[in-house]
Amino acid sequence: MNKSINKLLKNKPLIVLLVTSVIISILNSRFLTWSNILTVLRQTSINAIIATGMTFAILIGGIDLSVGSVFGLCGAIAASMISSGTNVFVVVIVSLILGTIIGFFNGTLITFGRMQPFIATLGTVTLLRGFILVLTQGKPISTGSTEASAAFGNIGSGFLWSIPVPVYIMILVFIVAYYILNHTRIGRYIYATGSNEEATMYSGINTDKVKLFVYSVSGMTAALAGILITARLGSAQPTAGAGYELDAIAAVVLGGTSMSGGIGTITGTAIGALIIGVLNNALNLMHVSSYYQDVAKGIVILIAVLLDRKQKLSR
Amino acid sequence: MKDAVVSMKHITKEFSGVKVLKDVNLNIYKGSVMALVGENGAGKSTLMKILTGVYLKTEGEIYLNNKPVNFTDTRSSQNAGIAFIHQELNLVRDLSIGENIFIGREPVSGNGRILWNKIYENSKYWLNKIGLKEDPRELVRNLSVGKQQLIEIAKALSLDAKIIIMDEPTGALTPAESEKLFSVIKDLKNNGKSIIYISHRLQEIFQICDDVTILRDGELIDERPIEELNEDKIIEMMVGRKLNEQYPRIETTVGKEILKVEHLSNQFVKDISFELRQKETLGVAGLMGSFRTELMRTIYGIYPYTGKIYLDGSKTEIRSPKDALNKGIAYVTEDRKNNGIIGGMNVMENITLSALKKFRGPLGWINNDKEKSSADKYIKDMSIKTSGINQLLKYLSGGNQQKVSIAKNLITEPKILILDEPTRGVDVGARKEIYNLINKFKSEGMSIIVISSDIPEILGICDRIIVMHEGGISGSLEQKDADQETIMTLAVGKDVHNNE
Repeated sequence: MNKSINKLLKNKPLIVLLVTSVIISILNSRFLTWSNILTVLRQTSINAIIATGMTFAILIGGIDLSVGSVFGLCGAIAASMISSGTNVFVVVIVSLILGTIIGFFNGTLITFGRMQPFIATLGTVTLLRGFILVLTQGKPISTGSTEASAAFGNIGSGFLWSIPVPVYIMILVFIVAYYILNHTRIGRYIYATGSNEEATMYSGINTDKVKLFVYSVSGMTAALAGILITARLGSAQPTAGAGYELDAIAAVVLGGTSMSGGIGTITGTAIGALIIGVLNNALNLMHVSSYYQDVAKGIVILIAVLLDRKQKLSR
Repeated sequence: MKDAVVSMKHITKEFSGVKVLKDVNLNIYKGSVMALVGENGAGKSTLMKILTGVYLKTEGEIYLNNKPVNFTDTRSSQNAGIAFIHQELNLVRDLSIGENIFIGREPVSGNGRILWNKIYENSKYWLNKIGLKEDPRELVRNLSVGKQQLIEIAKALSLDAKIIIMDEPTGALTPAESEKLFSVIKDLKNNGKSIIYISHRLQEIFQICDDVTILRDGELIDERPIEELNEDKIIEMMVGRKLNEQYPRIETTVGKEILKVEHLSNQFVKDISFELRQKETLGVAGLMGSFRTELMRTIYGIYPYTGKIYLDGSKTEIRSPKDALNKGIAYVTEDRKNNGIIGGMNVMENITLSALKKFRGPLGWINNDKEKSSADKYIKDMSIKTSGINQLLKYLSGGNQQKVSIAKNLITEPKILILDEPTRGVDVGARKEIYNLINKFKSEGMSIIVISSDIPEILGICDRIIVMHEGGISGSLEQKDADQETIMTLAVGKDVHNNE
């Protein structure tokens, strides 16, 4: 019992989440209502799903800056397919495969092209943003008012047993990611490659394959998030997802994952994404001007990461 | 009596209670070249680091021009006129020759602007001094290693160095570049500079040195004028240590040939051929720069090669460590920290990393119970001292990390186990345990290759020994025919047969 309390106290991200939530609920009584909690979870789901793929990329010692534009492109493709009446199931599968292929392409640049992940995925961002503009001609694409679009809309805004569908999807993504990282060989290889790539290669592991897998996952989760947001809004914006990579990185880092790779957990990322979600929600509830929202968010993120670093240094 | 510019007297150095230098004297004479020789670990570098102020001496005195001095950092020794040219050159490759010579002391105008013309004019003067016609604006990157070495000397001269220490300066030079270096050294000598010359290449020492100081195991063996010595005498003095450690070698009946390498070449090694038999321990001896490690890593699939490798009589190709492990070749690295173990992962995860396939459960999950019990078995069998399988590897002692490094290779059930410096950085107790393990593997039918710089160790545990010199095999010896002198003679590249 004592041990588990101790463990809990050592979990800095969790404490930050709890303390922030308590302060907000004191300041605003609407925060802790059931409907608001569901709103927070639904709003968090988008960033949380992107951050899951980002966790893989950062654990391996890399980064994926292209998630926001993969999100935008796959959302736009999904919207245009739905508007032309394509079956929802087909649309989801095609968009997910497209995201995975883009991720695989990033991985190819990084492994066989020997590019720095930062540079490679930065290049992809511009490339994909260009594609999005060509595809949308700079205008939003509506999913239309067909039968397919109504079914599609349910993925983003529907409820199941009075809980939003995206929340289930987020939880499912977390569970799968948790099992991959903790209970499969590829998960072990991801941690090993992130900790010491050379030693992993010497241990007879094809680290290029591990990297290709990781960036493919990151592309796929970004595509999934893009599908969800398009389904919810009923349209795809040409600028959708711009800057989302930064929120995803913030969630991963808030969750205690080391930017140099090898150290981190998926539960940490879940908590990190929740911290950001709670902050966004609270600032809205308290009618803070959107000009000040980013300032406040930035300050909280820096403080949280600083606390975490200090603890790690003092060990 | 010659005039000593520097004399180091009764120098003793302890690292956490261990004496690495014991009462050593070293003299450097004006206008002459002093060779400093000894095996790896004899204390040459430590002595030079004390002279230049990198390390502080535990006991002893240093006199510069008969005045006692005590350097506490490299800057003060530099100011006193001592320059140290390291084996790995300290030049910034993307700056020009001139910028490198004047780095950190660029001449500036009153308002802080760098006077480039002055830098390049002065550089030209110093380059002339050593007979280099290079444009001082040229980037160091574009120069050969030999020329870079000379730039270091020019830099030392521009710092008004009177004593220049050169550590294995010809290690990466072509014969022509070496000759150029020797003529520069002769010029320096004639201009009254003093030089300490550290080298494993004895021929060179006879070519350019005036005196020789020989160290062994941190002790001064002798200082003599070069005329009184020959190569054999120097080798004898370098290795003359008695076998004072117990090596528990066991005799086994060697089985059939398991590995055969024919005409293996790549950027490191040239035309390597040897074979390995079942239940045999093959030692690989050689000095630094003999590319022993690179040879073994080539066989392990790290570097590409030309030539043939046969396993169990049939020809095979090894293109990656994964390939090598699948074919039954395991490699325990000399560089534990960088490519052996993963410090941030725990003992179990390190032991099982190469063999996770063995613990496959449903849906590709890892069967944790099987993994744990297997890791526990290795911890017990090899008596790895750890608080448990969840202990992070970086908190284990060097000896126990080494055992984990061996365990993670054993778990792949190799037929051939390559051990690269298996006892480096390992204390005496664990060392003995590692020898016993090697014997156990051998009697169980494994074939073992041991690379070691410790010649007594190689003599103590191996059945057969190959000696390497500059990327080639310079000799192969049966254990009963081998002794330290023969191995050292082969290692410095001297042909044994030309020797009376």
